[in-house]
Amino acid sequence: MSKLIPDITKDKIAGGVYQNKLHDSGHKHVNGQAVYVDDIPEPHGMLHIYMGMSTVAHAKIKSMDLSEMRASEGVACVLTVEDIPGINDYSPVKGDDPIFAEGKVEFIGQPIFAVAADTIDLARAAAKKAVIEYEELPAILTIADAMEKGSYVSDPHVMARGDADGRIATAKHVIKNSVELGGQEQFYLEGMIAMSIPGEDDEVKVYSSTQHPSEVQHNVAKALAVPDHAVTIETRRLGGGFGGKESQPALMASVSALVAKATGRAAKLRLDRDDDMVMTGKRHDFHFEYEVGFNDDGLIEGVSMLHACRAGYSSDLTDAIADRAMFHCDNVYWLPNIKVESYRCKTNTVSNTAFRGFGGPQGVFLIERIIDEIAAKLDKDPLEVRQKNFYGVDDNNVTPYHMTVEDNVIHEIFEELEESSDYQKRRAEIREFNKHSKVLKKGIAMTPVKFGISFTTTFLNQAGALVHIYTDGSVKLNHGGIEMGQGLFTKVAQVVAEEFQIDIERVKITATDTSKVPNTSATAASSGSDMNGMAAQAAARTIKQRLTDFAATQFQASVEDVEWLPNRVRVGSEEIAFTDLVKQAYLNRISLSSTGYYATPKIHYDRENCKGRPFFYFSYGAAVTEVLVDTLTGENKITRVDILHDVGKSLNPTIDLGQVEGAYVQGAGWLTTEELWWDQTGRLRTHAPSTYKIPACSDRAEDMRISLWEKGKNAEETIYRSKAVGEPPLVLGISAFHAISDAIASVTDYEVYPALDAPATAERVLMAVDRTKKAAKS
Amino acid sequence: MVKISMTVNGKNVEGEVSPRTLLVEFIREHLKLTGTHVGCDTSQCGACVIHVDGDSAKSCTMLAVQADGSNIITIEGLANGEEMHPMQAAFKENHGLQCGFCTPGMVMSAIDLANKNGDLTEELVREGLEGNICRCTGYHNIVKSVLDGANAMKAAE
Repeated sequence: MSKLIPDITKDKIAGGVYQNKLHDSGHKHVNGQAVYVDDIPEPHGMLHIYMGMSTVAHAKIKSMDLSEMRASEGVACVLTVEDIPGINDYSPVKGDDPIFAEGKVEFIGQPIFAVAADTIDLARAAAKKAVIEYEELPAILTIADAMEKGSYVSDPHVMARGDADGRIATAKHVIKNSVELGGQEQFYLEGMIAMSIPGEDDEVKVYSSTQHPSEVQHNVAKALAVPDHAVTIETRRLGGGFGGKESQPALMASVSALVAKATGRAAKLRLDRDDDMVMTGKRHDFHFEYEVGFNDDGLIEGVSMLHACRAGYSSDLTDAIADRAMFHCDNVYWLPNIKVESYRCKTNTVSNTAFRGFGGPQGVFLIERIIDEIAAKLDKDPLEVRQKNFYGVDDNNVTPYHMTVEDNVIHEIFEELEESSDYQKRRAEIREFNKHSKVLKKGIAMTPVKFGISFTTTFLNQAGALVHIYTDGSVKLNHGGIEMGQGLFTKVAQVVAEEFQIDIERVKITATDTSKVPNTSATAASSGSDMNGMAAQAAARTIKQRLTDFAATQFQASVEDVEWLPNRVRVGSEEIAFTDLVKQAYLNRISLSSTGYYATPKIHYDRENCKGRPFFYFSYGAAVTEVLVDTLTGENKITRVDILHDVGKSLNPTIDLGQVEGAYVQGAGWLTTEELWWDQTGRLRTHAPSTYKIPACSDRAEDMRISLWEKGKNAEETIYRSKAVGEPPLVLGISAFHAISDAIASVTDYEVYPALDAPATAERVLMAVDRTKKAAKS
Repeated sequence: MVKISMTVNGKNVEGEVSPRTLLVEFIREHLKLTGTHVGCDTSQCGACVIHVDGDSAKSCTMLAVQADGSNIITIEGLANGEEMHPMQAAFKENHGLQCGFCTPGMVMSAIDLANKNGDLTEELVREGLEGNICRCTGYHNIVKSVLDGANAMKAAE
């Protein structure tokens, strides 16, 4: 009952901003009552869909005989490209992702047909009866192959400032090298899924596990050849997304909607895990080449970089991802003379897509590698070389894309962490340990991050919200953001509770729904709480203003005399409970519902000239990682991690700490154990957690010390001066990679730089150990 | 089709299943207990962990017919009415979850760990939870939750 009768005497509401409010669905997660798409009660007669996939990397489809499959037990419907009333495409940008292959296949796992049957077993059994004849074509499988053949999904892009080549030519020291960086499977625990329910006329409702309901809506409408208004997408929560559910869920949704409309029956498409890993895109792997000129202090005078990433068979979001890698080629460093060439390679492999960081981590990886190698060459502590090259606060602070870094706090964060982590003392101890330990070697590294916040496609930086107050004073909140575990719904509810000064229990958070808030952007780019928080605040403020005006009129006072207190409003000497004020407002015909809208200010970008301000602000952080490496086996383990991260004024420290920790572990996983491996025919051989090693409980460092930076406050006017948190700390996993490199370097007493490729699997570590030993001998 | 019967969360249930029906399918589709999740389909992620005759088991790696006559507890059977099991409460209070998809399996594994080890240590928890993957957290709060939950279970004895 306490929830129904708010306390109107207290000093502070429960669950306002800056409070450690627990996840809104926590109680449902622990008792199994939180509903994911696969848990929604299935409508009577629902069909289950299985997708027939290409078994070759590149081929013409000579013939398809699906007659036996159609006649198979329980089959209600078979769909191929011929059965799509609208456009055969589910791509986010360029129109190059066919729902079903048309005449040719371009990667192993590409969908060719869908079969819907009474049960998933019957659908799978039927799919086996399809007979497809291919005429195989030469396949391009690797970045190297694509570069040699000039196979790209879009034109190469160049960002340059100053005279990189000239300054490299005149520099005292020069390093020229290359490095490989692997991709990463999102491995959201809840796989791709969509369930469609046919409606009246041309309508269809789709429950989709997606980070981007509006885009799913457009694609379903496009495939069905119906207006957007006929399609409703609803998403209450995801069992993880990590970028993997930004563009590609449109495939599952489109196919399930096509089946639903073709049969008049509800239809569900849930990908089996192995199929999910084969059919859907991953983080882009990169090949990097670099040449850098620097002085005796390690100061970079000129640097030239080549980024070549593997897009896969289609564009998907590759251009924006490769661009973000370029935007992060500087990380926290002032690079007056720089040239970055970026190639987006088209290969006959799955189309790579968004993954937490969206190219940013890859961009940072390269410059951090360069700095590390400079330090090794000069026999300096990499920390010193890093600091030497930092952006200045008031000068030397313009990025290669001509945006002034106005909020630089990396100097302070680095200094604080260097001290709190005891970096110098531990580094000396580690070097001493390594002198006496023959097989086991320790390594340590400290790396920084600066991460640009905003979608670099400027128009995406908009959000909407819808807030209703009912006559009992309870509030319903809806916005365009997606809850995928990151605590977005909790944070936005905190904002609304704060605005109305009511306990958060009075605010009900509801499933994201394209019929409530239209034309939304993906919950991506770490922007969820920044944008949806602001939109919800705007909606709440509109209603609050109406209530303030009403209260002033009722009590014959001026608007300035109306004060919002916890669960009540004071007007002069009178106090009125929020619920009573709402009821009176209703009786006096005051609207208690409003939309809210937010468009991120200040940002603009001219891509052709690589000039502008693509980011509203930057997030900063740093990490120190210590590792232990067995140089006989290559096995390694992270033993201690210290992180100091800036989330501005945290809306919810408990949730933000969880984000920082999870992101670091995911980043470290990317660069150590998570290896994607395709065979020479283009078949992904690591398509389950048995072969693809995600960090487990025992892999996590035993000693992990994570702090949010206490002085943090966003220089820009963001929602309560907080900062985005989703992606930036993932980049800190790079320190684990450099720590391993540092440990390997010890086998030659730090004379040879290990030149480790990523991920640093035990195998690669061992190879690097052998390589450095051999190089030292010669 | 084969007739089977078992006790699930204290209730006797019966069903007719194909010999190849997985236990998790029986639980989710026949009994409509959807708190037990399917994450990887191949017995590695641990999202589908339940208790069979007092032992934790990955329900996607067992056939329904194998569980004939067993006593099964799923995540839905832990709470005593409105009162959560101490392990559930510990996961909630310690923010030992983010997206929540792995949580039911984690909680079930954690209870089994606590039941079988007199004194749980951090190391035992780390080893014991190796068969449960979480992709969101860095496991810190999960380990904390398990230790807290185990202590609370002991105190309640």
